[in-house]
Amino acid sequence: MEPVILSCAELSTREINTALAALPDGASARVLEPRGRHNLAVGLSNRVRIDIEGNAGYFIGGLGDGPDVVVHGFTGWSVGENLQAGSVRVKGNVSECAGASSRGGSIVIEGDASSRAGISLKGGTILVSGNVGHMSGFMAQAGVMLIGGDAGDALGDSLYEAVIYVAGKIASLGSDARIEELTEADVRAVKALAELGGGGFGHVQPENVTRVASARGLYNFDALIDQKY
Amino acid sequence: MCGIVGLHLKNPGLQPRLGELLTQMLEAMTTRGPDSAGIAVYADREPALAGQAGELRYSLRSDETIDWDLLAKRIAAETGRDLRVEPLGSDSAVFVSPAAETPFLAAVRRVVPRVSVPGYGRSMVVVKDVGAPAAICARYGIPGWAGYQGIGHTRMATESAVTTAHSHPFAPAADLALVHNGSFSNYATIRQRLARDGVHCDTDNDSEVAARLIAARMAEGADLADGLRTVLKEMDGFFTLLVTTRTQFAVVRDSFACKPAVIAETPDYVAMASEYHALAGLPGVAGARVFEPMPEEIHVWSR
Repeated sequence: MEPVILSCAELSTREINTALAALPDGASARVLEPRGRHNLAVGLSNRVRIDIEGNAGYFIGGLGDGPDVVVHGFTGWSVGENLQAGSVRVKGNVSECAGASSRGGSIVIEGDASSRAGISLKGGTILVSGNVGHMSGFMAQAGVMLIGGDAGDALGDSLYEAVIYVAGKIASLGSDARIEELTEADVRAVKALAELGGGGFGHVQPENVTRVASARGLYNFDALIDQKY
Repeated sequence: MCGIVGLHLKNPGLQPRLGELLTQMLEAMTTRGPDSAGIAVYADREPALAGQAGELRYSLRSDETIDWDLLAKRIAAETGRDLRVEPLGSDSAVFVSPAAETPFLAAVRRVVPRVSVPGYGRSMVVVKDVGAPAAICARYGIPGWAGYQGIGHTRMATESAVTTAHSHPFAPAADLALVHNGSFSNYATIRQRLARDGVHCDTDNDSEVAARLIAARMAEGADLADGLRTVLKEMDGFFTLLVTTRTQFAVVRDSFACKPAVIAETPDYVAMASEYHALAGLPGVAGARVFEPMPEEIHVWSR
């Protein structure tokens, strides 16, 4: 079946998202001339493939519960925010808060991500081929991140159950984040994540990544104890 | 939330299009700031007054109907210097005068206290107003303006009232203009300290304090980058600032990079905006180096 063509030059965001939501499972669509448009392919629960052909704005693919979204360009803040299932793949760089609070599915960034990538992650998978900015993984509760490049300052501040693997250097760890020994299970997990990420993750050596997880000093909130946060 | 945009042209061939491009960028930021808007545009200008070196252009603004020619005569008499009027819509005008800023501004205050001076300088003209950015640009004919550099702001007020005086840019010294997205938390303290040093604000706006602080440092001899370092050191809060002088165009973000900023640079220009879609219509942007300034990095371009 030929992909449905929708152009941002002609249609409002609501018209585009309504058309995408009406597609049957297995269909595909191409969104043309996004020119930084926000909220494209948001809130979809059908199993469709959507190609956004250019640079897009905020919240691309957010709240998705099934579709596979590919952005052939870069995106603004909060790509794949609150993703439940399905995938968002960005061929370029992304701005802040990539995959914020996503609960499931996978977000693959083939370039770099800016600060606060994976903030409040709740179970999703975030793969970044390049670097991530400061405060990435902040308060991440569950899920996993693989960073192919370097991580900025305060990585994994106030982590809960989420695990962050970093192939490059870490500028600094946030409060209550610690580096843990890599187990065989970790190596297997990283190998699978790199395969899921595709060609942009060929440089990742699963046995040489750094595992960052919670030191559990702040795991339970208690204002009377030590106040490390 | 607010939107900020700026365009610093390297290729003089684009100068006739500055107003058109800036208007399009500002309109794209309407969603971030629908309540007010303003711009500062810099152009190389031929002297308007024969034989008067060092003339300044004072951007004037009145909320009440005013006879600009009559006012010009009175200001010329008060300052004892020639004056030429360039009307800007019904509520604004540019007065070109060789009078220095201190006597000129004092004369305006004395003669018509209700008229404000949103900015002045050798190259810079400032207009700002409440209302939708597109309507404001159309009213002043900004798409037709030429120039080598311009900045703009669309405002969604959080810290102070929605009035023309509270709108951005803030331009408290010759050819210095500032637009701000964010909010400062310790601005009252800084404002008190500036007041003790004899620097007074016109409004209770937080962004004006940052502009005054930079102007005060630069009056002491600091360059623009030093002025921005002072903001980083002394002012607490969220900010992306775009600040321009006659020759420079500078961007800085707070230590958490809480507010967005994206820069596109080509051999022809440097463009900055809160969001990429404000840049998407610029010529050659597809080939631009597009990046986000890191926290506390000071980026400066000079002509």
